[in-house]
Amino acid sequence: MSIDTLPRAVRHTPHRPPGRRWRSRLDVKAMPYTLVSPYFILFAAFGLFPLAFTLYYSLYDYDLAGTTEWAGLENYTKLLADEDFWNAVVNTVGMFFLATVPQLLLALFLANALNKRLRLRLAIRMSVLLPLVTSVVAVAVVFTQLYARDWGLVNWILGWFGVDALNWRAERIPSWIAIATMVDWRWTGYNAIIFLAGMQTIPKDLYEAAAIDGASRRRQFWQITLPMLRPTMIFVVLNSTIGGLTLFSEPTTFYNGNVDGGSQGQFQTVAMFIVKQGFREFDYGYAAAAAWLLFLLILIGAFVNFMFVRRIGGTK
Amino acid sequence: MMIRKRRGGLAAASALAAAALAAASCSSGGGTASSSAPASSAAAEPVTIRVQTFGGGSNFGYKNAITKWNAEHKDIQIKEEHLTDQFEQQYWPQMIQWLQAGNGAGDVVGIDEGGMGLAKAHPEWWADLKEYGLDSRQGDFPAWKWENGLTADGKLFGLGTDIGGMSICYRTDLFKKAGLPTDREKVTALWPSWDAFMKVGQQFQGKVKDSKFADGTNTLYQVVLYQEAAKNGNVTYFDKENNLIVDKNPAVKTAFDFATKMSQQGLTAKLRNFTDEWAAGTQKGSFATLGCPSWMLGVVSGNAGDKGKGQWDVAGVPGGGGNWGGSWLAVPKQSKNPKEAAMVADYLTNAQTEASIFTDFGNMPSNTKAQQDAAVQGAKNEFFNDAPIGEIFAKSAETLQPVFLGVKHAQVKNAIESVIQGMDDGSVGYDKAWKQLVDDAVKAAG
Repeated sequence: MSIDTLPRAVRHTPHRPPGRRWRSRLDVKAMPYTLVSPYFILFAAFGLFPLAFTLYYSLYDYDLAGTTEWAGLENYTKLLADEDFWNAVVNTVGMFFLATVPQLLLALFLANALNKRLRLRLAIRMSVLLPLVTSVVAVAVVFTQLYARDWGLVNWILGWFGVDALNWRAERIPSWIAIATMVDWRWTGYNAIIFLAGMQTIPKDLYEAAAIDGASRRRQFWQITLPMLRPTMIFVVLNSTIGGLTLFSEPTTFYNGNVDGGSQGQFQTVAMFIVKQGFREFDYGYAAAAAWLLFLLILIGAFVNFMFVRRIGGTK
Repeated sequence: MMIRKRRGGLAAASALAAAALAAASCSSGGGTASSSAPASSAAAEPVTIRVQTFGGGSNFGYKNAITKWNAEHKDIQIKEEHLTDQFEQQYWPQMIQWLQAGNGAGDVVGIDEGGMGLAKAHPEWWADLKEYGLDSRQGDFPAWKWENGLTADGKLFGLGTDIGGMSICYRTDLFKKAGLPTDREKVTALWPSWDAFMKVGQQFQGKVKDSKFADGTNTLYQVVLYQEAAKNGNVTYFDKENNLIVDKNPAVKTAFDFATKMSQQGLTAKLRNFTDEWAAGTQKGSFATLGCPSWMLGVVSGNAGDKGKGQWDVAGVPGGGGNWGGSWLAVPKQSKNPKEAAMVADYLTNAQTEASIFTDFGNMPSNTKAQQDAAVQGAKNEFFNDAPIGEIFAKSAETLQPVFLGVKHAQVKNAIESVIQGMDDGSVGYDKAWKQLVDDAVKAAG
């Protein structure tokens, strides 16, 4: 390589200005860092800084249209005694389970079905992603009408079975179900595609060997596909945990764009609670503290789910 | 050497890219405030004045007035931005954020009475309209409407748009179905008091099953609250020293008890005003009556659409007048064109404009000259079966009592309405509702 020849020549030249060497060393040492820096700069600006800033202000009584005073841990103690906060936590966790468990199961079986030889395979695979590219607002508008109390399709169908019209926005569990279906409509296809990608990395010869040994399709799924899918599953579960516990758009649009989540917070999530405290009550410090508690909640949720998924297909 | 050089160049380029990314990220989310040149440079682009409003249906009723202005003023164009139907829950919090941040608010912004307490307490948010000669407008408004547009330190920041007045909007087709009279005089005679009103409701509900007598608890609760406030020193949730008096003011308890009875007797469609379901219910006949201050007429006609024409009418309210609502226009200090914005605010509140808004949409002028306008006094509303709205609202306008609203009125109002709505939709027990109302009000008052 000719690269080495020139510098060596340069190095042997006694009259070389001293700045050159410094510059070339800087080039070699600093360039890798420069190249990776955009990510870290962005992360610092949009990840680290907000985290630190939020932590800082969670220790203050910071009123947007008023004063800022040191409050210590008061925001946290107040939060832990705040019924509305716990109501939001229960709602969030409840909706998370209602939405995520069926979603992942459905996605898994959908992926398994898509992993077979089909006509128009690509078109069908693409189509399960369609709900994801529709805007949340459009989804919410449609679902809001489906779940309307007075002229909604769902209540109409329930009426065939003699069920009285449900007030989907006033009753707690029905509102959770409505929002969970909205979330699932959007995200099941996405998770199915990720599962599908994971399934395609499983070597075909495992299935062939199993088939020769006489394992049924179903047996192959439970004993080969599932255990081999564990890394993908961990990713999907962690991702859904983060998404589910920060749920915001669907329940907000379900209630006319209000972060109240029902007249008495029947479906107010923690994320909505934070926005309400911060941007409607203008109690930034309180909202910041709630944001940190949500962060903790996600850490706990992610850890529990991680431990759970690690045991799946448990032939370890 | 060549390669080295290129690598150095690449490093520089990537550093540049990183810097550019960082810079781009900082500048995103910038405001959309109009930055056109002032009107003095005549040939330049026209100045755009953004007018931000809230409320359902035809809300402030500015459509025709703005079209007229824009045709006559090539150099100043008004652009209305109707942000949302809901004032306390969405419009006002967003506006406070913009005002506090110094960016994002329009050149002229509408403020509901519930936000005026806070607006007055923040003179730094507003341009002083006296600087643009608008203190000359004092004679146009009743004293209370004018004084509420002054900040604590005497700056003029808000000009009055409309006032409430009171009526009951009702659907003639549903009244007919229930075997009730449909003529507005006779309907008014049906309910001299709120007890009589509830009796009519029971009669109605006895005959009609798919529709409810009233929209929900809220619009009627407001009507009663403002009527009762007039009997209790013209205060609602706060006294004039800004102390929370929800649990002490008999007006609140009376209005609450009325809402409870309406709900317990099953007379309400359990819809909260300014929600989508409520708007749809107006159109589809979910309910037969609602409390209607003058500005609500435009909301009803806007929500019901052309098909609803002739189905609705306006009757008198049980127990006399009252004053729910009414708004002001203000010019935020952050406006780049405060002079032109002041001209627009002046135009939208002058006697001629306010009078035409009343005849077109129904919002009762606060401008006394407009109130005395013969066209206003004799106005009929085509949508509401040619109801003589001039007679109904203009007469009572002179005797309207201004109600004092505290700095945190908007927050407390929303908390209280949510409890009453929750009681109606079954998520708060009737026996627990009053206690929760007081607790939530205390919490919201912070």
